[in-house]
Amino acid sequence: MQNNEVLRMRGICKSFLGVRALNNVDFTLRKGEIHALMGENGAGKSTLIKVLTGVYEKDGGSITVEGKDAHIRSPQDAQKAGISTVYQEITLCPNLTVAENMFIGRTKGALVNWKEREKRTAEILDSLGIPARPRQELSGCSLAVQQMVAIARAVDMQCKVLILDEPTSSLDEKEVEMLFGLMRDLKSRGVGIIFVTHFLEQVYAVSDRITVLRNGELVGEYVAEELPQVELVAKMMGKDLKDLADLEQVGVKNAGEKDMVYEAENLSSTEARPFGFHIRRGEVNGFTGLLGSGRSESVRAVFGADRVTGGTVKMNGKSVRITNPHEAMKAGIGYLPEDRKRDGIIADLSVRENIILALQVMRGFFHPMSRKEMEQFADEYIKALQIKTASQETPVGSLSGGNQQKVILARWLLTHPEYLILDEPTRGIDVGTKLEIQKLVLKLAEDDVSVTFISSEIEEMLRVCSRLIVMRDRKIVGELTGDDLTQATVMKTIAGGEQ
Amino acid sequence: MSVPVKRKKASGLSQLIIPLVALGLLLLFNLIRDPGFYSVSIAVNNAGNPVLSGNMISIIDSASELAIIAMGMTLVTAACGGQDISVGAVGAIAGAVFVKVVFAFESITAGALLAGLAACILGAVLFKLFNGTLVAVFRIQPMIATLILYSCGRSIAYWINGDATPQISSPILSAVGMTIPGIPVPTPIFLVILTGLLMMLLFRVTNTRLYTQTVGINQGAARLNGINPVRIKLLSFVLLGVCVAVAAVIGIARLGNLSHKTILADIEMDAILAVAIGGNNLGGGRFRLSGSILGAYIIQMLTTTLYAMNVATVNVKAYKAIVIIVIVVAGSPVVKARLSALLNRVRPGGAAGLRGVS
Repeated sequence: MQNNEVLRMRGICKSFLGVRALNNVDFTLRKGEIHALMGENGAGKSTLIKVLTGVYEKDGGSITVEGKDAHIRSPQDAQKAGISTVYQEITLCPNLTVAENMFIGRTKGALVNWKEREKRTAEILDSLGIPARPRQELSGCSLAVQQMVAIARAVDMQCKVLILDEPTSSLDEKEVEMLFGLMRDLKSRGVGIIFVTHFLEQVYAVSDRITVLRNGELVGEYVAEELPQVELVAKMMGKDLKDLADLEQVGVKNAGEKDMVYEAENLSSTEARPFGFHIRRGEVNGFTGLLGSGRSESVRAVFGADRVTGGTVKMNGKSVRITNPHEAMKAGIGYLPEDRKRDGIIADLSVRENIILALQVMRGFFHPMSRKEMEQFADEYIKALQIKTASQETPVGSLSGGNQQKVILARWLLTHPEYLILDEPTRGIDVGTKLEIQKLVLKLAEDDVSVTFISSEIEEMLRVCSRLIVMRDRKIVGELTGDDLTQATVMKTIAGGEQ
Repeated sequence: MSVPVKRKKASGLSQLIIPLVALGLLLLFNLIRDPGFYSVSIAVNNAGNPVLSGNMISIIDSASELAIIAMGMTLVTAACGGQDISVGAVGAIAGAVFVKVVFAFESITAGALLAGLAACILGAVLFKLFNGTLVAVFRIQPMIATLILYSCGRSIAYWINGDATPQISSPILSAVGMTIPGIPVPTPIFLVILTGLLMMLLFRVTNTRLYTQTVGINQGAARLNGINPVRIKLLSFVLLGVCVAVAAVIGIARLGNLSHKTILADIEMDAILAVAIGGNNLGGGRFRLSGSILGAYIIQMLTTTLYAMNVATVNVKAYKAIVIIVIVVAGSPVVKARLSALLNRVRPGGAAGLRGVS
């Protein structure tokens, strides 16, 4: 064993209800190293982190910290072992002062010498170059500084392993630089840092090593300098670049030169930077890019799901105003959201009510459907999409993920949209259902429905889309059609820069 | 398809099981204690008209205001996931508006009373819209948002009329508050039925029910399906306002006067309780008006039972509290889960189908 290893995880396994989330995963962190943990959705990053921090108990494998076996069964155990985490959302108390936050939950005994603590806080902040004052209320600091205070707190607790989980996702460029400065400083003090992020460029800006996970398994550990960006993308997506070139090209459908159905110019929302694209009748296009590249935010802007801040939109050549979902629905757009549980299902309502919801809303408040009509619609779509449910009246929340997704699909199909946006319709769904959904999308296109399809799986996108809009770091960086629709080109475009 | 139909009924009724059992036990308790409790007789009132009298009649009659307000409270609870504690105070304001408008006419005619009713409803709705705006637009917690009118509503009622307890009597009004000559059943009972029917009609001709439940369960998803959560929440407050106004007029008609201090006093807590006893989730979402109405009658039954047992007025609340703790705990998710697990063991496969379909 090398001497400078601070953390060694070997053969970590973890299952949830029989589903393997982590299978025999190894992870090694050295002293004074920034180690990026990469992987797409469902790769097992957060499960691994949660095993390490004691949120989940591992099913198998071993964890050693500085050569000693660490038995981590709770977050307290992890803290004692010297493992600290700073999450994306700040978990400190915004209405307490910086000094109070530094020492919160670390109090021994009832008596507290605040003078001393403030002095100590000032020292730490000063030594780490964090622009905050001990007596300042935490909420008065910027998000970046709040995050740095959380890090300072971890450092003061003698942490050996610092986990930064998506620390940069709500910071602007300057703040990111500030955070990176702090990370490098900690690195020089010998702290091992696990950096979880989905911003490729940031990974290369600070990381020494990169560990890639996919589908709960370890893909490999690499030295950052030796792993070109495009290969990293390939590894995250499960493709070997050498094989990519010879991969058969999937039949690409062309919508021909049918009329334009939807056109957006300089469309922006509170979450999406200005972008533009168009889709023709019966066309299936896709937004691709890594998680966090802005693909979901873009389609949310199309549907008016986030507050639209600018741009012009045309539907069938005519200008329309779409600032909220209701207007989008009226214009003939349907939207299946990325997060099924949070934005899609109305868990306590029945399958029947969930299916008819969107159509009912379009018909209007004063035109409720009769019970019989609802039951007919529900029955029709339960059969057509083969939704497995005990009855129409079963609460949708008790169905499996795949069937919940079908219910939401049924909801939108029932409205007969001209343009249907499907954001990750196949995520977390069994293979059979995945194929059904893909076929359904192609069938819709044949029936002249335009579909925007988003998926983290490139093969799937290539199978159904005739045009891919590629996004990176919240910008559209390319548009691929025809011969360019190969895995290799897509990944090169996603990764950008080097070939 | 026969199995699903059965399940539909089972899942629909389960919410009402606890209140129905509670009511049954109360009825049984009174039957054992004193069978005479249920005797109903026909008496003749001051005006010489026959009226039904008896404990049960008085229970159903005096729970009327509570039952009506509980319906409105159910909607606000379902849509906003919180409760309105200002219904009593806004009732006082609505009552004051009613009296003020009626007194503006030379004599208390049917027209004057109708104008009063209209103004009273309008007033209650406006004040409820104030609450609703704080809750729906400014996203203030319902209890805090309604605390404002809870504390100052009765003062506003006093300013409107000045006089502490204005007397207002007319044959029409007493027909509303007591009985219509020739019909021995107290009128407020009919008003509860009427309100219930109007609610049913509303649910039939509009999507109030579906939208309210959707917003209460998942506001974000509701928006993504084109529902405007703000409007639905405001609507629930408007409907509560109408309920409060009707209850206020019944309260005035009963006594023939308006006391801004005592009209609908403490009704907010009983109304919230009725919603809870009715098995409705106080966190919003699915709801059943029938549950809340049942809850209202259970509360009144409890009170009347305690008085019939000669429990001193000061002690009534304590005993009431004990019974309510039992009902609420019996209806809690924890106990319910245990009960259904027990039920599953007793008849295997019985209720198992309700969940866990994958």
